[in-house]
Amino acid sequence: MFKEEYALMQTASPAPNTPATATAPMADVKMSARQVRVHYGDNEALHGIDVDIRRNEVLALIGPSGCGKSTFLRCLNRMNDSIEGCRVSGSVTLDGVDVYDPALDVVQIRARVGMVFQKPNPFPKSIYDNVCYGPRIHGLTRNRTELDEVVETSLRRAGLWEEVKDRLAAPGTGLSGGQQQRLCIARAIAVSPEVILMDEPCSALDPIATAHIEELIDELRRNYTIVIVTHNMQQAARVSRRTAFFHLGNLVETGDTETIFTNPGDQRTQDYITGRFG
Amino acid sequence: MTDSLQITGAGTSLHTTPAAQRRLRRRYAAERRFKALGLFAVLFGLAMLAFLLTTIVSQGYRAFIQTHVSLEVYLDPEVIDPRGTADPRDLARADYQSLAENALYGLFPAVEASAERRALRGMLSQGAGLELRRRIQNDPELVGTTLELQLLVSGSVDQLNKGVFDLESGRRLPVSDEQIGWFRELEAQDRISAPFNWGLFTRADSREPELAGLAGALQGSLYLMIVTFVLSFPLGIGAAIYLEEFAPKNRLTDLIEVNINNLAAVPSIVFGLLGLAVFIQVFGLPRSAPLVGGMVLALMTLPTIIIATRASLKAVPPSIREAALGIGASRIQTIFHHVLPLAMPGILTGAIIGLAQALGETAPLLMVGMNAFVTSVGDSMTSPATALPTQVYMWADSPQRGFVERTSAAIMVLLGFLIVMNALAVFLRRRFERRW
Repeated sequence: MFKEEYALMQTASPAPNTPATATAPMADVKMSARQVRVHYGDNEALHGIDVDIRRNEVLALIGPSGCGKSTFLRCLNRMNDSIEGCRVSGSVTLDGVDVYDPALDVVQIRARVGMVFQKPNPFPKSIYDNVCYGPRIHGLTRNRTELDEVVETSLRRAGLWEEVKDRLAAPGTGLSGGQQQRLCIARAIAVSPEVILMDEPCSALDPIATAHIEELIDELRRNYTIVIVTHNMQQAARVSRRTAFFHLGNLVETGDTETIFTNPGDQRTQDYITGRFG
Repeated sequence: MTDSLQITGAGTSLHTTPAAQRRLRRRYAAERRFKALGLFAVLFGLAMLAFLLTTIVSQGYRAFIQTHVSLEVYLDPEVIDPRGTADPRDLARADYQSLAENALYGLFPAVEASAERRALRGMLSQGAGLELRRRIQNDPELVGTTLELQLLVSGSVDQLNKGVFDLESGRRLPVSDEQIGWFRELEAQDRISAPFNWGLFTRADSREPELAGLAGALQGSLYLMIVTFVLSFPLGIGAAIYLEEFAPKNRLTDLIEVNINNLAAVPSIVFGLLGLAVFIQVFGLPRSAPLVGGMVLALMTLPTIIIATRASLKAVPPSIREAALGIGASRIQTIFHHVLPLAMPGILTGAIIGLAQALGETAPLLMVGMNAFVTSVGDSMTSPATALPTQVYMWADSPQRGFVERTSAAIMVLLGFLIVMNALAVFLRRRFERRW
């Protein structure tokens, strides 16, 4: 049953990827996690996660609520640092360099690994200021013209330019939910990250806005490595090349999205994607 | 349980039985009682406030006008400048009061006995002579001319004019019957007037009620507010930002938080004692100075500002912090570019309310000697001064009848400033409030 559905979904949106090889050469690995454990106080939330994220691919993290997918996502750009009582062990590397190396600046990591959140969270400032904030604090542009260019490019890439080009001074919070989320994506790509983390970016949006964002993710795949957490399995099937299934703080299995959805190796994955729990 | 459910037969609901109707009525009755109680409480509060304000205003409004008598004063060169030097020091020393008195004697030639004359000149305020001196010092050319001037009358005559005395009661009044007679005669000659009392705002304190003004207290309060604001605003906000955003959460910071909350509840007089012991005794700062008073009030205001700032910082949604951190802003950038601007309306409101509280504070100022009797407007932060609330306290203690209305007037001025400050807090909150 699910195989047919998957096939349908595949035809609905362009085939996202070239066929994946199970053993990717090391050079293709953008980020990798080894034995990542996260403790909230005395409570272990992630029990040793090993996963590779390949360059220019979309990796979907799926699993029931509370399984640790968002926690894992936030380990990748050290957003967990700001949470009181949260400890991360194991290693996360970006281009082979340990992200948690104390010598490394967390500000730099977050500039290279951008993030889009579940709820659209534009700053209560103008659309222009929202996008230009990142380049400005990182000093990426030399003058106003360059900054204008970055803002335009980012908004174009986020598919928002045509809708907002005449009201860049209007507050970002005045946009619709879907536009706000695309504004947040524009804000993230304005600092030219290498990886973009998306934490259920469509869960607060209606189907039309969701379709917009999904198309956008497909576009962005060319330039960025994307990790997306989603509760919506159709979405995972539509946008990702590979999928990782989390359950109760464990990574149950990782594989090509097609394989995970049609021929999962683990009973729990099978049960989850056929809707028996979660 | 099942039995009671079964008695409602087919067609009748459990919620339409007479018992259910009764329960419903009781619920509504309880709601009505609560609303009535609440309304009563509000009305009672409003009535008390109206009573308080009426009392203050009905007494205080009189202080905003001051009785003057119109006299043609001959500015006699023999008295003002007998040596003809026009030396400013001579001009300052002359007996101007006698010039005004002579003008008054001229109106009542029948009064010759020295006791009667004393009573007659007692109707003039010492302020009359001061006014003449001010005129001459401004323009020495006036010497030798005759000027028609509005001169201050004494406090008792002022009260008489304002109708404060009950003349029928037969009780001893501060004005004699002859003085009342002379006053009526002056009134008949249309020489008595009661213009707006600018002196209330331009003169410093005095023992004579008709000369006493709030200028010293206003300036003292202004200096106090400046010192308090400059010290408590940056310190309070800095401490709050550190505690809220940077400090680790542990036993020590918990203890600090509890103690800050306790400090906000410490009686203000204790802060006054602290100021007396530390700032004046140990550091040797001058007594009665707005600088010291402001430092004490700053200590008192700090906890209020810290608590308000922390609450405002907490109220900024975490999504804004995450958004900034997520694109690589450092913590300090996140706070200063995003969190603080959003928290600013709340911080300003808290700070202004804290300052308004400090403006009305009396006890700590008494402890550092800001209830000094100062007859001139101070010229610096360290010269002795009073403040509005201590001025109210001192006038309320003064025996003369004329100070009753001035006390109320000072309270009105103080309340006016408090209303302005609170309105400013509301305005700033509206102005800077941003939606997200």
